Amino acid sequence: MSDLHVGSERADDAEAAAIERVLATTGPAVARVSARVTLGGMQATASRRHLLLPGLWALQDAVGWISPGGLNSLCLALGVPPAEGYGVATFYDLLRTERPSTTIERRCDDLACLLAIEPPIPTDVDAVESSPCLGQCDRGAASLIQTCGAPPRIETPDREPRVDAGPSPRLLRRALTGAVTSLADYRALGGFVALAAARTMGAEAVVDAVTAAGLRGRGGAAFPTGAKWRAVASETATEKHVVANADESEPGTFKDRVLMERDPFSLIEALAVAGFAVGARTGWIYVRGEYPEAYQRLVAALDESSAAGLLEGITIEIRRGAGAYICGEETALLESIEGYRGEPRNKPPYPTTHGLFGAPTVINNVETLINVLDIVEHGPDAWRSVGTHDSPGTRLLCLSGHVEHPGVYERPMGVRLADVIAEAGGVRGARPLQAVLLGGAAGAFVHPDQRDLELSFEAAHEAGVGLGSGVVMLFDDTVDLRAVVRRAARFFAHESCGQCVPCRVGTQRQVEVLTSERPDTALLDDLEQVMRDASICGLGHTASSLVRSARTLGVL
Amino acid sequence: MTIELRIDDAIVTAEQGDTIRDVAARHGVEIPTLCWAANLTPVNVCRLCVVEVEGSRPLVPACSRPVEADMVVSTNSHRVRTSRRMVLELLASSVDLDRAEPELLDQIEEYGARPERFAAGATKHAPVKQQDELYVRDYQRCVLCYKCVEACGDDAQHTFAISVAGRGFDAHISTEFDTALPDSACVYCGNCIAVCPTGALTPLTEFVRREAGEWRPDQQSVTRTVCAFCGVGCNLDLHVQDGEVVKVTSPADHDITQGNLCIKGRFGWQHLR
Amino acid sequence: MFGAGGGTSSYREIEDADVIVLWGSNAREAHPIFFHHVLAGLRKGASMYVVDPRRTASAAFADVWLGLDVGSDIALANGVAREIIAAGLVDREFIDAATDGFDELVTAVEPWTLDRTAAITGLPQLQIRDFAHAIGGARRLQLCWTLGITEHITAVDNVFALINLALLTGNVGRWGSGLVPLRGQNNVQGGGDMGAIPARLPGFADLTDASERAPFERMWQAAVPSRPGLHLSQMFEAMHSGSLRALWVIGENPADSEADGEHARAALGALDILVVQDLYLTRTAAMADVVFPAAAGWAETDGTVTNSERRVQRVRAAVAPPGQARDDLAIVFDLAAAFGHDWGAPNAETVWNEVRSLSRNHAGMSYQRLDTLGGLQWPCLDDDDLGAPFLHGRLWARPIEGPRAPLQCVEWQPPADALDEHFPLRLTTGRVLDGYNTGVQTARFPSPIRSGATLDLAAATAMRYAVDDGEVVRVVSRRGAIPMTVRIVESLPPDLAFTTFHFPEIADVNRLTADAWDPKSGTAEFKATAIRLESIDADTQGGRA
Ligand SMILES: Cc1cc2nc3c(=O)[nH]c(=O)nc-3n(C[C@H](O)[C@H](O)[C@H](O)COP(=O)(O)O)c2cc1C
Ligand code: SF4
Ligand code: SF4
Ligand code: SF4
Ligand code: FES
Repeated sequence: MSDLHVGSERADDAEAAAIERVLATTGPAVARVSARVTLGGMQATASRRHLLLPGLWALQDAVGWISPGGLNSLCLALGVPPAEGYGVATFYDLLRTERPSTTIERRCDDLACLLAIEPPIPTDVDAVESSPCLGQCDRGAASLIQTCGAPPRIETPDREPRVDAGPSPRLLRRALTGAVTSLADYRALGGFVALAAARTMGAEAVVDAVTAAGLRGRGGAAFPTGAKWRAVASETATEKHVVANADESEPGTFKDRVLMERDPFSLIEALAVAGFAVGARTGWIYVRGEYPEAYQRLVAALDESSAAGLLEGITIEIRRGAGAYICGEETALLESIEGYRGEPRNKPPYPTTHGLFGAPTVINNVETLINVLDIVEHGPDAWRSVGTHDSPGTRLLCLSGHVEHPGVYERPMGVRLADVIAEAGGVRGARPLQAVLLGGAAGAFVHPDQRDLELSFEAAHEAGVGLGSGVVMLFDDTVDLRAVVRRAARFFAHESCGQCVPCRVGTQRQVEVLTSERPDTALLDDLEQVMRDASICGLGHTASSLVRSARTLGVL
Repeated sequence: MTIELRIDDAIVTAEQGDTIRDVAARHGVEIPTLCWAANLTPVNVCRLCVVEVEGSRPLVPACSRPVEADMVVSTNSHRVRTSRRMVLELLASSVDLDRAEPELLDQIEEYGARPERFAAGATKHAPVKQQDELYVRDYQRCVLCYKCVEACGDDAQHTFAISVAGRGFDAHISTEFDTALPDSACVYCGNCIAVCPTGALTPLTEFVRREAGEWRPDQQSVTRTVCAFCGVGCNLDLHVQDGEVVKVTSPADHDITQGNLCIKGRFGWQHLR
Repeated sequence: MFGAGGGTSSYREIEDADVIVLWGSNAREAHPIFFHHVLAGLRKGASMYVVDPRRTASAAFADVWLGLDVGSDIALANGVAREIIAAGLVDREFIDAATDGFDELVTAVEPWTLDRTAAITGLPQLQIRDFAHAIGGARRLQLCWTLGITEHITAVDNVFALINLALLTGNVGRWGSGLVPLRGQNNVQGGGDMGAIPARLPGFADLTDASERAPFERMWQAAVPSRPGLHLSQMFEAMHSGSLRALWVIGENPADSEADGEHARAALGALDILVVQDLYLTRTAAMADVVFPAAAGWAETDGTVTNSERRVQRVRAAVAPPGQARDDLAIVFDLAAAFGHDWGAPNAETVWNEVRSLSRNHAGMSYQRLDTLGGLQWPCLDDDDLGAPFLHGRLWARPIEGPRAPLQCVEWQPPADALDEHFPLRLTTGRVLDGYNTGVQTARFPSPIRSGATLDLAAATAMRYAVDDGEVVRVVSRRGAIPMTVRIVESLPPDLAFTTFHFPEIADVNRLTADAWDPKSGTAEFKATAIRLESIDADTQGGRA
């Protein structure tokens, strides 16, 4: 809380109405009781801070940008200093602090879209910007269209992507049949059985089952989910949270989007199970800002589920990200929900003890959470019956790039890389394969020689690569991999939160060195070392991993 | 609770809750810092203070990491020195450090940083901002240590006139919409200036002398006295050069001010001139 | 306070309070670094009530702002006291063991029902009740005030009324609980401690008590007058009546700062001799027969000052005074010499050591200890004493040590300068962040936030009196009239005008103020002037009011 000095501009009618909607339930931070009495204070301000990002979105949606008047009025209402409001707004790509052209196309020029067959479809726009991966790599050449007065929307070529549930359909079971958009349909497909089962089993038994199943996180770090849940369940605090990380932004990743667009109720249900298991009464879903369809489906599913009284004991809020890859990092995501710049926290302490609003928090990837439904409903043993010993269950793989049939493929953990590629129709146009990118921009290339690689955590680890978020991106022999590496480097420089020196300046320097005629390997070595060793978060730690991989392949 | 840990070659005792830096400093092991200050909450962003802790894959920031029993800390290993050297190279190649605290310049020497290796790289260029008769803000010298933001914000002043805006290499200190400082929430307490380690923020009086080559810290004496402008009793350190007061600061370790002042204490002395 | 003459607490204590009350104090602007300690308390979870007619910069941080009517403080305090008693929130054990006068107080505040309190203060009953319960429920209450309490004709009674609240709830004499009068100037506390008030000698010794005078008479080998001197308001009365003919003004600018300025300047002008000792040729100095140019006490001389937490700290000479300016002490010593008394060579430390030999409270404060310990809070009785962070811990001994603390029955009375149909608007004055007193020093640095003196009004008030933002109007009181520029602000309730007094050249506000003063303290009622607004081009006749 501050002196709250703001300039003289104020919100116009449309902006004022937008702010009012965001504050509908809480009211402003300072309440005027009479001409001589006001109520406010630090508590009142602090408890409204998390409305800053929804407020900024409301302004952006209403008039196409965050105007000085809009920001001033929003800040006054929330008790947020305008400099901080501005600092938060300028953190996100999709929030604009300069009056924009009426319609802006943010055209994806990231790894997969660079390789797309179709040229970008022409749209009627006033300006085109470059965008990092939009998570539409199965469709190709995607754009995000931002128009004043409306929420953003995605445009892609009219191609029906593959959703292939493989031999043991689990996660994609319902998604296979198209989008499940009503509660009735969801229930007809077995929805909300797991939540009921969880309530019958009791919280501890749910945590036990998840632990026994050996489920490991699908968001990238492969951390054992049971251990995370147990840590939070054993905390005695009365305030706890569960958070679904639906910010999917790793270039080449789109599986969570497919799940949320086609099976939104399952995420709601899974989050309710998680909340029940660890004793959290509030759940949050943080959806990537570039996923308008997933967002709308989730909002509708949440409304219908809670209207039907299915979510007793937990209040779920859905938050929209606003264009910042770093907000997928779990602590940055928490900061973002809280209404601050999405700057990752130093760890320890971990979210399990100091999470959202300082309270113990479980944060899991969408795919991780949805796995829990089957574990609870069918028991850990049944769930473990596919996959490998150390990587039980199935995995969603995002095939893209030079593959014949891009799409999401659900496969038992441990499936051979070559098999999946073959099942996806092989290399597009049957050209020779030059390399496969596993794990996204933060991942590594594998050489065609390694096509027998088993896609399990342990085998990938042994091979010195990571499964990450399930990216399997193919590059045929025509691709200049150096350009791919440069694009990835540019991605990290663009997405660095800017907080810590190794990453803020290091990612910039890495781009510069890679862009030079003959990249100086001594500089690359030093940059890699300082970013990996001394950065605050995983972005910096892995920002050079593709460079390293390319050098190992002899590409650089 | 007292615990034991190893720092370099010595087994040392510490209290739970101490940071590695605290404990090291107490035992005479110097760990360089840039974004850390005694009167601010650690933000651990500069990463100059990183040390190696057994069992941790990345290096850890000594300024903020609490000690644990039986920790094994190396403060000066090759890995540590490489990271520090690189942090210094990255900073010195992107911003102008010639007015930085002398310690920082010494460290560039000590760690053998060679910023010229990145001579072709982008630098932070920004026009010098002088929007009033008290301050100069020269963000080409800004290392984004967050200290000014913390001092203006919830570590002291609670005015929040400035914040970090933008992202990545473009991140910078700004008022809302880059509003001129006199139109912002700024109350000219100068608490941001007091903590800035690089000379990015200076009082106009100091800036003018520096530009004229007449700023000579080695010839300045410092006399402690008490501010005359209200009944709080803030301690002032009067910096005197050539028989004139040239700057006023407040001791960071004094429990009344913790280094902070208001506009009257920080600039009211100018009536002496 | 109960005979101690200083605030009871240390600044740090407010960081550990659970309820903070700023009553007639805009510490955010007037005591900014004290407010940092308040902020630390708020961050730790304290709730804050700000009682002030204006929604000040401090009130912006408050959980509750109570914008009472100017001059209704006693009404509110009595109403709160009654509610605390009625709701059973009194600390009975403390009251019985450590205070006097409870039954009388119960009777005295009985008429102050919520209904009546609301009517007099203009505050809603519900909020008065909540406020009382917050104070009653506080475990560690810090009750702070400044000139909003003391620049009234009931100044001393206002303070008594606040002390009652702390005593009723046992919020004194313990870490985190206490009464904090924030001093307006850097050494008001020290001046008082050193006897610069009519009835006291250094160390708060009672002038009228022969046994307390005796050590001074022995030390000085001279008789000390047993009759109290005059306070400022009495001096001006005496000047008007002609019984005071010569005046030596040291570091004050009464020509600008006295209420009813015209009248005050007439008094100064009528003196036989006026001697002014100051850093600058102030308006007062300009009227003087003799001016002694003085060194700046905080940068050009050595000595001590005492702050609002009773902490004595060293000031030190860092630079030489300009031109002919000299150390105050040297001027005084020379003057003594001119009168035929050789006081030796002026030296701040020897003067201080004399103080220490006469004042028990300061005995342990050698320069050396003050230097190494960063100041000491009185009482500091000897060289082993680390001083007193808070006072009156004695009230928690059982049985208590020393005298009981008296509850005082006080009655509300409205401001002397009454509102009527000719003067319908209340004007109050105050300090702003970058200003200090009459601006003699603070006008001399280029503050980017200098506001100038405007006549601040709520939009509703401006509309009611048909004046516009930026319009220059004639502000008329029963004493005089000055032109002022209207500024519309959000911090004021209806029918209240506000201005600062830092800019006498722009707006000589004290031509308006009344020299009615508190008979107990001699403080003038700067905070409550009755005014009307007139259109500036009104050679026509009258007020719009
Ligand atoms: C830079 C960065 C970006 C990340 N982005 C995502 C993301 O978009 N989605 C996600 O689930 N996890 C992401 N993570 C991983 C999360 O920090 C966290 O490990 C994950 O949400 C934990 O969930 P899980 O255990 O279910 O995988 C990212 C991590 C980093 C370092
Ligand atoms: S590593 Fe990069 S993204 Fe992560 S905290 Fe540091 S600057 Fe931000
Ligand atoms: S002078 Fe004070 S208020 Fe202004 S930016 Fe600096 S710290 Fe903030
Ligand atoms: S202006 Fe100074 S204090 Fe502020 S972030 Fe930059 S270097 Fe740090
Ligand atoms: S001093 Fe530790 S990170 Fe900057």
